[in-house]
Amino acid sequence: MSQSLFEKVWAAHTVRRLADGQTQLLIGTHLIHEVTSPQAFGMLRDLGLRVAMPHRTFATVDHIVPTDQFSEPFADPLADSMIKELRRNCAEAGITFFDRATGRQGIVHIVGPEQGITQPGTTIACGDSHTSTHGAFGAIAFGIGTTQIRDVLATQTMALGRLKVRRINVTGRLRPGVYAKDVILHIIRTLGVNGGTGYAYEYGGEVFDRFSMEERMTVCNMSIEGGARAGYVNPDETTFAYLKGRPYAPKGAAWEAAVARWRATASDPGCVYDDTVAIDAAAIAPTVTWGINPGQGVSISESIPDPSRASTPDEKASIEEALAYMKLRPGAPIKGTRIDVAFLGSCTNGRLSDFQEVARHIKGRRVAAGVKAIAVPGSQGVGRLCAELGIDRVFRDAGFEWREAGCSMCLAMNPDKLVGDQLCASSSNRNFKGRQGSPTGRTLLMSPLMVAAAAISGSVADAREVFSVNS
Amino acid sequence: MALSKITSITGRGVCVPGNDIDTDRIIPARYLKCITFDGLGEGLFYDVRRNADGSEKPHPLNEARFKGASVLFSGANFGCGSSREHAPQAIQKYGFRAIVAESFAEIFFGNCTTLGIPCLAASRGDIAAMAAAIDRDPSAVVTVDVAAQSVSVGGRAYPAAIRDSARDALLNGRWDPIGELIEGLPAAGAQAAKLPYMAV
Repeated sequence: MSQSLFEKVWAAHTVRRLADGQTQLLIGTHLIHEVTSPQAFGMLRDLGLRVAMPHRTFATVDHIVPTDQFSEPFADPLADSMIKELRRNCAEAGITFFDRATGRQGIVHIVGPEQGITQPGTTIACGDSHTSTHGAFGAIAFGIGTTQIRDVLATQTMALGRLKVRRINVTGRLRPGVYAKDVILHIIRTLGVNGGTGYAYEYGGEVFDRFSMEERMTVCNMSIEGGARAGYVNPDETTFAYLKGRPYAPKGAAWEAAVARWRATASDPGCVYDDTVAIDAAAIAPTVTWGINPGQGVSISESIPDPSRASTPDEKASIEEALAYMKLRPGAPIKGTRIDVAFLGSCTNGRLSDFQEVARHIKGRRVAAGVKAIAVPGSQGVGRLCAELGIDRVFRDAGFEWREAGCSMCLAMNPDKLVGDQLCASSSNRNFKGRQGSPTGRTLLMSPLMVAAAAISGSVADAREVFSVNS
Repeated sequence: MALSKITSITGRGVCVPGNDIDTDRIIPARYLKCITFDGLGEGLFYDVRRNADGSEKPHPLNEARFKGASVLFSGANFGCGSSREHAPQAIQKYGFRAIVAESFAEIFFGNCTTLGIPCLAASRGDIAAMAAAIDRDPSAVVTVDVAAQSVSVGGRAYPAAIRDSARDALLNGRWDPIGELIEGLPAAGAQAAKLPYMAV
């Protein structure tokens, strides 16, 4: 019988059915970081439990690391205690820790793929909702809470109800200047921020067939912003080519066997989905959010919604709440909105190709006066490649601050924060109230090239015009 | 590990209205800089409850008449965003024992259940009616009945739903699955042995 990738991976990792009807699911790969794991290790100690399979857990430090200071102790004593606690927990349990001194540190969702730890047909869990990123490889990857981190540490399994699968086909070709980020912002705008509840999203169609692994990761990353518990793309030659030769990828004869297994993991032709959605790639434009959730977006040529034109009282209330917070004028074009800060980075858009694409266009240009622009590579590996290619120099010459790897201003748990009601053009994933470190700070989500266009223009701009991208 | 059977919660209620109330709003990220969950209740809804200087903003949780409430009411997609368990931990440590909303974000719902916080979904109209009743009389007794799948305010009952697996887990005192998962550890090891990528 034809099966989806989700069904195959779920079956291969099912340990047993639990009394409440949920499944005890084997988690092949567990990724941990400093924010959500220390309490889990504390719970293990309280219960007198040990880490069951330490070789299947990998750690890195990302949320709290300063991006302008490499030495320790960190200026923030709380941040310093968190990195030390993770170091101690990993050493005690025998868990591999990609600490800063290894040169392999970075945002957990960038490090896993980069090291070849993220592989097709596997289950992955991490105490971070953007774990869905790893689905780009045809893995089923879940963001989990701290008590579940305890469960995975103690048993390498967790209790989970089975998800439904929605196939999202993006057909045709994207227009020039339209990126993976626009695809996912468009999907979320179309299906809603809770449209994915109960589902795993399977992304496919010509656009995904042509996408690089990094583009697939950008889309899968924000599945959770659409309410889906997981998102994935079927593995193909692009996937295998990306993984080949990476530190944790299988080698020699094991490589051939793994590729054969991975190929067989992909959804079978004719398999039945719980739901199917079709999206026309040509209808997707560079997208910018204007509100306080990632579904509140418009294309660059559209205007900020007017609550008086809302179709339901609910929509009216949500537009009013968002605009009151964002201090934006209803009905005004989104283009031309003045910005204070430009942030390039995060697990959504902090990979080599993101910086490469921007560098290609900003050469010889300057960040507008009064705009603070920071570029933060997602990992030390990304930073090194950018340095080898001279990309960091291009950014510096254009007036960007070039930083060390980390989550940085995506959620501002480190010193990189908005101040007051600053407005930030951001390549990150969430525009929630206060998300970027100031309780009144404002975030506009967009693609990396749109962030660069805003940085150079001093206001939200159409990157296709600013950089003469041919259409 | 013996867990209590959570069949119903009785107390008083408070409504924090709005849809898509996200985990960053429930507990701002700066409160995540900790290595234990102790004291998280103080950060609950901090940025919508307080100004930068610490003074209070108008917010239901700041109103004296709602102090001591143990049932939180809210709108659709409550708890969306991050997987941070700090959010339900903050809600629990503040003193809430149950949440009634129009709908819940997936990861948040699972995190709450694992902490023994029942999350029941009720219709928009019924939540509005319950919130109005609480507003009229904040001392009204609120009962969240997990077994019967209903919520009553001041004696008037409204239907409310909770996913079967969560209901079963709460009613039978197995909302924290660790004991059962440990029983399955040998089976998990056997399953892992069949998967080449999990080899030592």
